[in-house]
Amino acid sequence: MNASDIRALFRGAEVHRDVYTSPDIYRLEMRHLFTNTWVFVGHDSQTPKPGDYFTTRIGDQPVIQVRHSDGSIHVLYNRCPHKGTKIAIDREGNTGKFFRCPYHAWSFKTDGCLLAIPLKKGYEDTGFEKTEAARGLKPVGAVHVYRGFVFARLAETGIGFEEFFGDSLSSIDNMVDRAPEGRLEISGPPLRYMHRCNWKMLVENQTDTCHPMVAHESSAGTAVRIFKEMGEPQPRPPAMQIIAPFMSPYEFFEKMGIRTWPNGHGHTGVTMSIHSAYDAIPGYFEALCEAHGEEKARAVMDENRHNTVYFPNIMVKAPLQQLRNFIPLGPDRTLVESYVYRLVGAPDELVALSAMYNRMINAPTSIVGHDDLEMYERAQEGLMSNGLEWVNVQRLWHEDEDYTQEAVENGTTERQMRNQFDAWVKFMTMSMEGAQTRVAAQ
Amino acid sequence: MTVQETQITREHVIDFVYDEARMLDEGRYDEWLALWLPEGHYWMPLDYRQTDPVHATSLLYEDNFMLRLRVERLNGQRTFSQKPKSRCHHVLQRPFIDVFEPGEGRFVTNTNMHYVETRLDDQILLALTATHDLRAVDGALRIAGKKVELLNCDAAFGNIQLLP
Repeated sequence: MNASDIRALFRGAEVHRDVYTSPDIYRLEMRHLFTNTWVFVGHDSQTPKPGDYFTTRIGDQPVIQVRHSDGSIHVLYNRCPHKGTKIAIDREGNTGKFFRCPYHAWSFKTDGCLLAIPLKKGYEDTGFEKTEAARGLKPVGAVHVYRGFVFARLAETGIGFEEFFGDSLSSIDNMVDRAPEGRLEISGPPLRYMHRCNWKMLVENQTDTCHPMVAHESSAGTAVRIFKEMGEPQPRPPAMQIIAPFMSPYEFFEKMGIRTWPNGHGHTGVTMSIHSAYDAIPGYFEALCEAHGEEKARAVMDENRHNTVYFPNIMVKAPLQQLRNFIPLGPDRTLVESYVYRLVGAPDELVALSAMYNRMINAPTSIVGHDDLEMYERAQEGLMSNGLEWVNVQRLWHEDEDYTQEAVENGTTERQMRNQFDAWVKFMTMSMEGAQTRVAAQ
Repeated sequence: MTVQETQITREHVIDFVYDEARMLDEGRYDEWLALWLPEGHYWMPLDYRQTDPVHATSLLYEDNFMLRLRVERLNGQRTFSQKPKSRCHHVLQRPFIDVFEPGEGRFVTNTNMHYVETRLDDQILLALTATHDLRAVDGALRIAGKKVELLNCDAAFGNIQLLP
């Protein structure tokens, strides 16, 4: 499959179903898309002290995020250069001053450099020093820590961090600026929710504003009905604050607005969002004013972005300090990890609200999660139908859409989904044979 | 069970735990909701040996409203994830009675269970320990709190739609 085959899968307002179902496309995504883009790894508060590490995946690549002795964060392939054994087995821990492979005791500094090999004499005069193995644990192509969030690009060369994310970083800024001390800390392990569907369905759903009042009628609609039957008691039950706004009418979501940025990033909730009407938490605004001054504190709090998609595969919910990582495990298998962060310097009620939202919406035990997963799995099965081969992403489409420009549109547009596929084609093909043909033709 | 508070026996307490599981298995949710005291919470921790249900994420930490919402949703016309419906099954080991204070009307049990949930071609098995915090109110046992600790709470799950 070459670059023109990939380009043929997205034709403006429609995308071919193979992007969700084909094992070949999935393998190409891992080799190209997840190699050429900046992918979320973890948060620096997961590895606060030298030797602290955390294991995860970038696409299908097992990696270690580790804090080196000089305080810097390194991202290394989790594979011994000797026989391939994973170096770090557990999800997190502290390795001290070095990693030691459990198989043959090769050891590596926390920046990956080879430290020692038992019976090293056996490698003398073998040319060992010229091998890849002699260089130790291989680092990924590039690492960038932005306000505590660790991103990596597997490719040695390619697009820079700032160029890739551009103004979309304003959502992370808003999330971190909500902390009176200007930093976040991880709060507990993530929810881990297994989905039998393609990872892109989840990413698209983050800015799909025409599904909540339909797919979530069972949960949000029932919540509203029970609340009415109870005579609308005050203070309202927490579920009314968290789940009921999903039943907002189409007009609400239209007004909410959608903004898209180049390279596949975008967010819902430009003017306001379902997160705008939460109860105020005593003492919080005062603490924020003390940190920022009242004008900036107000500006930070007035921004209530709903979901920000950082292409390719995370969503950040700034008003609730949440991050969801859609980790692809196969063409029809995705692990969703949902994290919450504590705003350092804010009252504890803030992290309680974040944790409540997380369990009510993102858990494998969440009724809202059940609504969504049912739709994804039905879509994954339905897409096997040969009767129709194209998936429609045409809402509020116009032919001259230019995804290289930031745009703000009606909140029910599917522009952000199209924006993601435009970026998908770009980063899938940039390192493929035939990638230059389109450029040459222009 | 309506007996004098002081007459609540160890057998009453143990029967209560079995009866509660049977209500869930048979989908008798109105009866099940009536077991709960108004301030009771159903807690399922996310982290092994988690101590704080509020400031860290849990799988469930549900008040009366959420529990009612959860069970009423199961029968909704547009509850697509329950078309067809899930079924569940609890297998209980005999409960330990860790606190037995008939004078105070307070009883705490600790029960190991295997929980099976099925829908269509899928079936999951969870091993768990349930802690029931019970009170005697007007001669009847009621639930002041229930904690369900999954043995594999840190595993990735698909949907768990009914109540373990």
